[in-house]
Amino acid sequence: MAQLITESQFPEPDAAYHALVQAHRGLSEPESAALNARLALILANHIGDQKVLEQAIALASATGPNAAAR
Amino acid sequence: MPGPVSAGPSASTPRRALFSYAYRRSRDQDRREPARHPVVVVGAGPVGLTAAIDLALRGVPVVLLDDSDHIGEGSRGICHAKRSLEIWDRLGVGEALVAQGVTWQLGRVFRGEELAYSFDLLPERGHKMPAFINLQQYLLEKTLIDRAATLTGIDLRWRNRVVGLDAHDDGVRLTIDTPDGRYPLDAEWVIAADGGHSTLRDLLGLKFSGVAFAEQFLIADIRMEADLPTERRFWFDPPFHSGQSALMHRQPGNVWRIDLQLGPDADAEEEQKPERVVARLKRMLGDRAFVLEWVSVYRFHCRRIDRFVHGRVIFAGDSAHQVSPFGARGGNSGVQDAENIAWKLAALLQGRGGPKLIASYDIERTQAADENIAHSTRSTDFIAPHSAAKRTLRNAVLALAPHAGFARRMVNSGRLSTATVHDSPLSTPDEDDFAGAARLGAPLPDAPVCDRNGREGFLLEHLQPGFGLIYIDDGARPASPAGVGLHVIGADLYDDAGLLAERLDGRPGSAYLVRPDQHLCARWRRFDTGKAVAALARANGF
Repeated sequence: MAQLITESQFPEPDAAYHALVQAHRGLSEPESAALNARLALILANHIGDQKVLEQAIALASATGPNAAAR
Repeated sequence: MPGPVSAGPSASTPRRALFSYAYRRSRDQDRREPARHPVVVVGAGPVGLTAAIDLALRGVPVVLLDDSDHIGEGSRGICHAKRSLEIWDRLGVGEALVAQGVTWQLGRVFRGEELAYSFDLLPERGHKMPAFINLQQYLLEKTLIDRAATLTGIDLRWRNRVVGLDAHDDGVRLTIDTPDGRYPLDAEWVIAADGGHSTLRDLLGLKFSGVAFAEQFLIADIRMEADLPTERRFWFDPPFHSGQSALMHRQPGNVWRIDLQLGPDADAEEEQKPERVVARLKRMLGDRAFVLEWVSVYRFHCRRIDRFVHGRVIFAGDSAHQVSPFGARGGNSGVQDAENIAWKLAALLQGRGGPKLIASYDIERTQAADENIAHSTRSTDFIAPHSAAKRTLRNAVLALAPHAGFARRMVNSGRLSTATVHDSPLSTPDEDDFAGAARLGAPLPDAPVCDRNGREGFLLEHLQPGFGLIYIDDGARPASPAGVGLHVIGADLYDDAGLLAERLDGRPGSAYLVRPDQHLCARWRRFDTGKAVAALARANGF
């Protein structure tokens, strides 16, 4: 079964992060939220594995500010 | 059916002419002791009528009760799916319904004015029945009532309202109110097809579990001459109804169903006023002339009762389960309930059915209800997202749809009803590998066949009324179990187009045991009479 990879995969992680940040330049809060939503959908489909997607959602949910309350 | 928010269309809404049916006093009302009938069906809507006709055709006499004496207050459910049509075809009215209805299979979904997604529900040829027809519910009911009237086994009693229920181990005593007062009636079995506001459900104290949606929708049926294509059109955030969804669907007789999302806070009474409805529709339809036929504002639930069999009372259709209208899963699943219980009750009453047969109705049809509720809930979440984050995600899917195939498949304006694949105790698990469209526990896919006289027809026309065994010719003629109709493909029926073999993954010697409701319940690569006898007993609930 496929597993969510949490070790770094990018040769240049700073460049990857920079690309994500750059995508939000000049966007309002709602525009940014919409961009993130489109990005999540595109990347989820690229992964294409329900189990890996659910592991990613679980990791994201468990690390937010309200994680303890969940 | 969705539950109306107020008592239905306002008084000023034009109505279509009704079909009226006269109350007649029954001899049962004059008896000293209550009459006892094998089956009483409560509710002469599509579900109750289907059950009654199916039972009568299987030789079980039915008393069918309805508290009203007319039909046709509104179009109500209009989308009838392929499996429902196949069932009605078995009951003798499939072709008449298709002839009356509007056949469609294309759906187009817009975001604003831009096409986001389109679908074709029946892209392959060689099925007798189309993917869908649209037909006003009262025209369907009229056709079924006319069919019922041709059967001596059906005693249809209008203005017979159940007001009391006394459950016993071997039957049910109903108390029925009529214009001539009350009378008692005993039934070995009762089918409660009395709709969303089921009296029988209340009399038994049964509760729904599920979710209620706050969102309100306006239904308007209008008469309009319009040269528009026969397809299902759905809009997210259209220019004529900003921020909400809209649905447009053709019915026979230049009638169009228009469904407009109103949001959770709309004033239902106000929204049904004709001047208000007309103003909304003009924004959508521009200068086209139209006449209002029927208006209703509704909210809906996705919910079901826990069990569909309560002693000798069997719940079918909206009395047992309710969904949102997106997907046409309400009426169509109810009709499948009716077909599912009819052959089982007939088998039991006629001494062929085993102890597990009625329980299998509950197992199979609660599965179907759960599937329909899941689809319906997901569609509703997509159409009416009730948080900012859900709306953002929904809009992201719509924004991506014109550019990415994966997003088009996520656009959910209702996943339209298809027959359920039951994980059923009546099915004998496969011991051989089969590909093809046929599934254990599901209706057999249809295919064109030709009989020995060269008459062209379809497979499902031959699979009735009892169990059937389909055998792909290999020169032998199998000894099928007693009472099972044998159809050797290549000797009794011919599969000239090869579609039957393709859909069943048939090879010489392959054998398929099919239930009286045309569901596949066992199949083998090599036929063995002993195995077939065992599979038949299992399918009969032993």
